Amino acid sequence: MSYRRLAEQQPAAFAFRPEYEPKIAREIAKYPPGRQQSAVIALLWFGQEQEGWVTRPMIEDIARRLSMPYIRVLEVATFYTMFHLAPVGRHHLQVCTTTPCWLRGSDDVVAACKKHIAPTPKTVSADGLFSWEEVECLGACVNAPMLQIGKDFYEDLDGPTTEKLLEAFRAGKPPAPGPQKPGRKSSEPEGGALTLKDPQLYKGGYSRKTGT
Amino acid sequence: MLQDKDRIFTNLYGFEDWTLEGAKKRGNWDGTKDIIARGHDAIIDEIKKSGLRGRGGAGFATGLKWSFMPKEVKDRPHYLVVNADESEPGTCKDRDIMRNDPHTLVEGCLIASFAMRAHTCYIYIRGEFIRERERLQAAIDQAYEAKLIGRNNIHGWDFDCYVHHGAGAYICGEETALLESLEGKKGQPRLKPPFPANAGVWGCPTTVNNVETIAMVPTILRRGASWFASFGRPNNTGTKVFCISGHVNKPCNVEEEMSIPLKELIERHAGGVRGGWDNLMAVIPGGSSMPVLSKEQADTMLMDFDSLAAVKSGLGTAAVIVMDKSTDIIKAFARLAYFYKHESCGQCTPCREGCGWMWRVLTRMQKGNAKVEEIDLLYEVTKQIEGHTICAFGEGASWPVQGFIRHFRPEIERRIAAHHGRDAMPMQEAAE
Amino acid sequence: MATRKLIINGKEVEADESITLLQACEQAGAEIPRFCYHERLSVAGNCRMCLVEWVGAPKPQPSCALQVKDIFPNKDGTPAKINTNSPVARKAREGVMEFLLINHPLDCPICDQGGECDLQDQALYYGRANFHRFVENKRAVEDKYMGPLIKTIMTRCIQCTRCVRFATEVAGVPDLGATGRGEDMEITTYLEKAFASELSGNVVDLCPVGALTSKPYAFNARPWELRKTLSIDVMDAQGCNIRVDTRGPQVLRILPRTNDDVNEEWISDKTRHACDGLVRQRLDKPYVRKNGKLRPASWAEAFAAIAARVKATKPEGMAAIVGDLAAAEEIKALKDLMLSLGAANLECRQDGARIGGAPRQGYLLNTTIRGLDSADVLLLIGSNPRWEAPVLNARIRKAWLNSSLRVANIGTPYDLTYPVEQLGGADALSAIAGGTHPFANVLKNAKRPMLILGPGALARPDGAAILNVAAKIAGDTGMIGPAGTAAEGGWIGFNVLHTAASRVAALDLGFIHGRDMAGILDGAQRGEIDFVYLLGADEFDMNKLGKAFVVYQGTHGDAGAHRADVILPGAAYTEKDGLYANFEGRVQAAERATFPPGEGKEDWAILRALSEVLGRKLPYDDRDALRRAIIADAPHFAKLGEVPAHQGADLSVWTNIGKAGPIDARLPLASPIADFYLTNPIARASATMAECSRIFVGGQSRMAAE
Repeated sequence: MSYRRLAEQQPAAFAFRPEYEPKIAREIAKYPPGRQQSAVIALLWFGQEQEGWVTRPMIEDIARRLSMPYIRVLEVATFYTMFHLAPVGRHHLQVCTTTPCWLRGSDDVVAACKKHIAPTPKTVSADGLFSWEEVECLGACVNAPMLQIGKDFYEDLDGPTTEKLLEAFRAGKPPAPGPQKPGRKSSEPEGGALTLKDPQLYKGGYSRKTGT
Repeated sequence: MLQDKDRIFTNLYGFEDWTLEGAKKRGNWDGTKDIIARGHDAIIDEIKKSGLRGRGGAGFATGLKWSFMPKEVKDRPHYLVVNADESEPGTCKDRDIMRNDPHTLVEGCLIASFAMRAHTCYIYIRGEFIRERERLQAAIDQAYEAKLIGRNNIHGWDFDCYVHHGAGAYICGEETALLESLEGKKGQPRLKPPFPANAGVWGCPTTVNNVETIAMVPTILRRGASWFASFGRPNNTGTKVFCISGHVNKPCNVEEEMSIPLKELIERHAGGVRGGWDNLMAVIPGGSSMPVLSKEQADTMLMDFDSLAAVKSGLGTAAVIVMDKSTDIIKAFARLAYFYKHESCGQCTPCREGCGWMWRVLTRMQKGNAKVEEIDLLYEVTKQIEGHTICAFGEGASWPVQGFIRHFRPEIERRIAAHHGRDAMPMQEAAE
Repeated sequence: MATRKLIINGKEVEADESITLLQACEQAGAEIPRFCYHERLSVAGNCRMCLVEWVGAPKPQPSCALQVKDIFPNKDGTPAKINTNSPVARKAREGVMEFLLINHPLDCPICDQGGECDLQDQALYYGRANFHRFVENKRAVEDKYMGPLIKTIMTRCIQCTRCVRFATEVAGVPDLGATGRGEDMEITTYLEKAFASELSGNVVDLCPVGALTSKPYAFNARPWELRKTLSIDVMDAQGCNIRVDTRGPQVLRILPRTNDDVNEEWISDKTRHACDGLVRQRLDKPYVRKNGKLRPASWAEAFAAIAARVKATKPEGMAAIVGDLAAAEEIKALKDLMLSLGAANLECRQDGARIGGAPRQGYLLNTTIRGLDSADVLLLIGSNPRWEAPVLNARIRKAWLNSSLRVANIGTPYDLTYPVEQLGGADALSAIAGGTHPFANVLKNAKRPMLILGPGALARPDGAAILNVAAKIAGDTGMIGPAGTAAEGGWIGFNVLHTAASRVAALDLGFIHGRDMAGILDGAQRGEIDFVYLLGADEFDMNKLGKAFVVYQGTHGDAGAHRADVILPGAAYTEKDGLYANFEGRVQAAERATFPPGEGKEDWAILRALSEVLGRKLPYDDRDALRRAIIADAPHFAKLGEVPAHQGADLSVWTNIGKAGPIDARLPLASPIADFYLTNPIARASATMAECSRIFVGGQSRMAAE
């Protein structure tokens, strides 16, 4: 990890769009009175969702809303690595390269990103559509290798499927998230689940104390 | 092999309906009111009897942990905080629970909160799990809607359940770092004492439990402590969701009995090691922080807390990472060292400075660009980190390297010797 | 006080349960190295240098973070065993030291912290000297901008976060933080903003390494070259204890000395950094005005010029004004000289404060600085303590943090770094006195209420009436409690906050006589006053001195010197032995660190010499005799370092303070300080203070709330 700094080029101003106001109010209401600081991560998420990245005026706006010193919000924004401190592509690919993914070929996924997006991470592609970075374990290890685009995980990748994935996004037709290997739906073993096949489980289950 | 009828997470793979309606068909939310009617202490006793140990990595006895909470609510409210910051490399079990079987967790939150006299629960979910957060929130909304939770719910215990979303920091899985993050700060672990049961979130009595632990609670209470305790070995009871990743033919998650032999787990559920069992080089048995096992150890290993601790490893999160003989084992551990360097919070000296040092030495070793003496140096560095930090991250970062050196020193020496055929001195790497 | 038995390094000790293990070990005579721990900051426990062995515990324990009450005895009931020097503790410490050093640059030869660096010192004793095994590249960290006083070399930072905790907790200006994480964590201000606290320089003292050093002092000296002199600060009236470090004739820096009763271990940036003003604009020889122009003169010529004028002036036409920085010695000497000449008009209140005279309680900060720690309600009247006494303000903040002190304000609101209820202007004061304001009940119901009258309340025409009303409030609301200090159970909550270091000593010595400030200036303009002696007085409008003959005895070519007809070069506070009484009435002694430049002389000696020329030879030939004379006037000057004992609740005393009269509710109750950094001739001569003023004040009062 290199030093996390705000981008040099900053917009002059920031304001949450009106549709965020009720969401912000809901987040703050989750916490006891006077503990509104707890909502700082949520508000940075909203800001990043709106602007695509975390800007200086956004940090200051959020600090004022939550009665926090600016530096405390800056600390949070630089500590948590999902906050982009500079603009990213419209589709930002977070490629997991931690050991479980690496064991199953994440190098090929990275190579595909380098080839089709940019040779260096956190660099926006010429068409502005993509950027990529290597991230640490995303918690889908039994579907490795995998990457995250926006909110979604794309799993069971290799070099060619990654390239296909990028092309699909470029064409504006992103495939369904999840395993990209045909036939696999979730974290079950490839070829079909070996467990959880007893039909009684789904007709009331065995969990009742009175049940069988 | 565990039978389907004894599995707690019956929609682990998400083939069935995750909603409240579906969950009820699988037996969730059944007789919850009767469970609550047993009273706070009876629930805690039952959990103690079941032998349930925390599923988040440390394996602390859950019932005992709950009993540390004050018996009376005084001026400060009690809180349950659920640790859904699942980030340990190799681990992806809580994700399946939250996206596919969320009502096991929501129901567990209500019961556990009741047992500890808490009216509020926060579920801290890692930043990357956005879809999982949405799913979990939807399940909570359904439970509110059905008056299963919330004010004046049908269970007679006012209860609010909130999802708090992180933003990318492994360290927030450490319980006090999680509490700091929940308070809107950087996730830097706190000094203990005071322990969270005395002064947790906002200084109030707090218990932090893993998702899987809490999600198991309703079924344990419905089917009884002795049912749960009938699986596994004494002190290692119950069922467990295992995550099998790496060089196996069919990586998967599966709920199995505790103490299942590692070989059986891999061969029965994950299609065996790629190239056959004899192609196995090493196994990390419990998430990346747990020391690696050699093939010889893996041959006979039982997957539970005590068996693994006996060989200086640990069950951790029961995330099994398999490496076959094609693996560049040094690179595998250099990459893990990078993970810990990247995720160190930077607060205390040994971890902040030591993790980077370990990574740099391992990166050179990967190319053989090191001296043989540096293997001992590396080991000493791990010993200088371990036990000297504020939180257990220091152990988590140094144990894998220790296990690696324990089992693979010859491999490192071979790599160094091969490199030194050309060059006798380690070359300094260019600045990163 | 509960205690607990511990066995520390084999020695059984009885330790107070409320202290930390680190403190208990030190009490047992064991030295514990540390970087992040600091007595006056919250415990961070992050450097891990203070690890000790608790026999039986699975790993070494951070002694700074464990309280004695957390250390339970062994299972068999024997006291817990703590080892601070066992192999386990030593190994832990050596490991931590190695980690701290691997990324620390070995630039000690060019580091200003060299010679007084905690890391350097502790590496000597706790490091492994015999080998070096880190062959990777060292980390380099970009330097940060923290303002005109703090130089940063962030590669040296060991991330102890003392500076961050100081800014957040003590200064109450949360401008510092640690961004990023892991080995890339950086200490920084918010995006290159200066650290906007009047106490910012203290982080340089707190920094255990050379990451934060003094910018004005950069590369000036090594600590072992410096001569250290114990002194008292005069930049405000708190009497902060300082150490003056000199090399040869020059003051190179000023550092705080620890005194828990006065300044703990903090000083303001003005105290610390105005010292470059000691060598600029200095008056280094006598001057006499001839044909409208000041020309250098000999002492004899200057004295002769004064003598000629004195001879020609009637006593009632003579006045003397004591400036803000004078020590008790010259105040006493000037008073004796002027009275011997029959001069009727003596004044020490340049700002026109309507205060002074008996009883002494009427012009002191009676609660005392330490007493403030136990107050529960504080009413500020016409005061901006953040600029009038920044270290006192930090103490108020500390009371707010530690014991939820409730603070309310009458007058112009300022950002004081803690929450303040704004009650209104002078009419609110009258309403409280009349019992009609709800805050009157807050004061009455408080256990230890106090009020502070600032210069903004007293330096106005109706100042005596405000003083009178405030004394009435004090009497009515239980601020005048039983005798003794707060610690002894006594309480007195009536306080006056002065800003001039000379003020209390001058009032104690009776330097108010005849016409007051307004009367003197009025007389000068009317021609009734035609000889004015200024003892370092520069803080009033010199144009109002009319055609009077002005003698200026002082140190700097400031307002007074420009107006003067005769200039006598005196000694600055670092250049003389002096007694100062702070706003609590605490008398403290400063020692001479250097000599005055050129022909400058110690001030009392100038007056003694002049008295001979005037034929009114003062009856003391040396300083000891002078001090005896001072003590004869004011016996408490014999009790150095002590605050006056509170005599108890004789309420009749409190009805005689100030003077009842109408209060002008239209006049603002605003602090007279327009610029914290430029309040006296030394500060105004300081380039560092000018820079601070430019950056932090910007020519106008940034502090006003609106």
